[in-house]
Amino acid sequence: MTQPRSVSGRLPEPYGSGGGANLADILERVLDKGIVIAGDIRINLLDIELLTIKLRLVVASVDKAKEMGIDWWEDDPELSSRARRKQLARENRELRERLAALDPEAADEVGRPRARREISDEEAR
Amino acid sequence: MTGLRYVYAVCRPFTAPLQRQLTGVAGAPPRQLVHHGLIAVFSEVPAEDFAEEPLRAHLEDLDWLTATARAHQGVVDALTVVTTPLPLRLGTVFHDDSGVRTMIEARERVFLRTLGRLEGRVEWGVKVYAEDSPDPGTPAEGEKSAHPASGRDYLRRRSTRARAHETRWQQAEEYAGRLHAALCAHAEDSRLHNPQNAALSGASGRNVLNAAYLVPRSRSEEFVELVDRTKDESGDDVPGMRVELTGPWAAYSFVEEERT
Repeated sequence: MTQPRSVSGRLPEPYGSGGGANLADILERVLDKGIVIAGDIRINLLDIELLTIKLRLVVASVDKAKEMGIDWWEDDPELSSRARRKQLARENRELRERLAALDPEAADEVGRPRARREISDEEAR
Repeated sequence: MTGLRYVYAVCRPFTAPLQRQLTGVAGAPPRQLVHHGLIAVFSEVPAEDFAEEPLRAHLEDLDWLTATARAHQGVVDALTVVTTPLPLRLGTVFHDDSGVRTMIEARERVFLRTLGRLEGRVEWGVKVYAEDSPDPGTPAEGEKSAHPASGRDYLRRRSTRARAHETRWQQAEEYAGRLHAALCAHAEDSRLHNPQNAALSGASGRNVLNAAYLVPRSRSEEFVELVDRTKDESGDDVPGMRVELTGPWAAYSFVEEERT
């Protein structure tokens, strides 16, 4: 599929095809490389970077990617707040279980004051 | 109607005509703005698509992003034919001409220095893939379906396979390392990029090398021949390797001064 374009000065073919380059190659360069200048229109580069990571060089749409089972970013705490919450909940549960295994009474105590504090936090807001 | 200014690249003034009927992002023709002996190549684009909010929304739309990325690269590519452009990252937008001029003034010295460094050079992309071929340690067809006779048998088979797998990666990486060294010797500079995710780029095999090489245009033919030659030899040397060459690109990977 990949064919280097003519090397000498002028490129004979009209581009748009991007030579032998695939979309991944193009996105990699125009999103990740090149001079970074903050223009008048400020887009948070993080948005773009997130996109680049998310789709790291997807050729399909996000929906298609999901259909294809490419949805790993949803479980990546770095990329998805839902995954982050899931991870925190899991860690909490695991810690509580471990504590319960070590000392059932202490685990009980930890549970109760914690619940109270959560309520008062909410009241404070 | 006045639109925003979407800037593709900055370069020195050039005399050769750009490809006719070149269209840039949003289907707009690229234009030139001369300032302080430099040229900004830009398109006038509608605010309803390129102001902050709509632009951010568009960037999450892969079809829009794809079309815009191709158009951006298309203009940069056309410039590469006639001069040495310094490509800007996708989505660099100013309110008006004076915004573009201010940007040029603020960065004039860096632009000139970078242009001096990159003049007459292009970028070649080289990727190496290790094809997923059956490991030597994989049991033959008949054997494969049969259940291992015992737990120990199973473990032994598994470790044989794991070892073969490991050897293979080692070979692949050594091969990529040798190729990279050989190409570096024929390039002025190089950058190693993150491997492309195979599931996403659509390429088969695992991407073990994703590199960019800065090569003078005049020595590009040699460089391409070298890659071709290596490609042919690699078949006998380490089976299952695939080398892909793309380019010539504008020196996208080299516009920023030494990053690492």
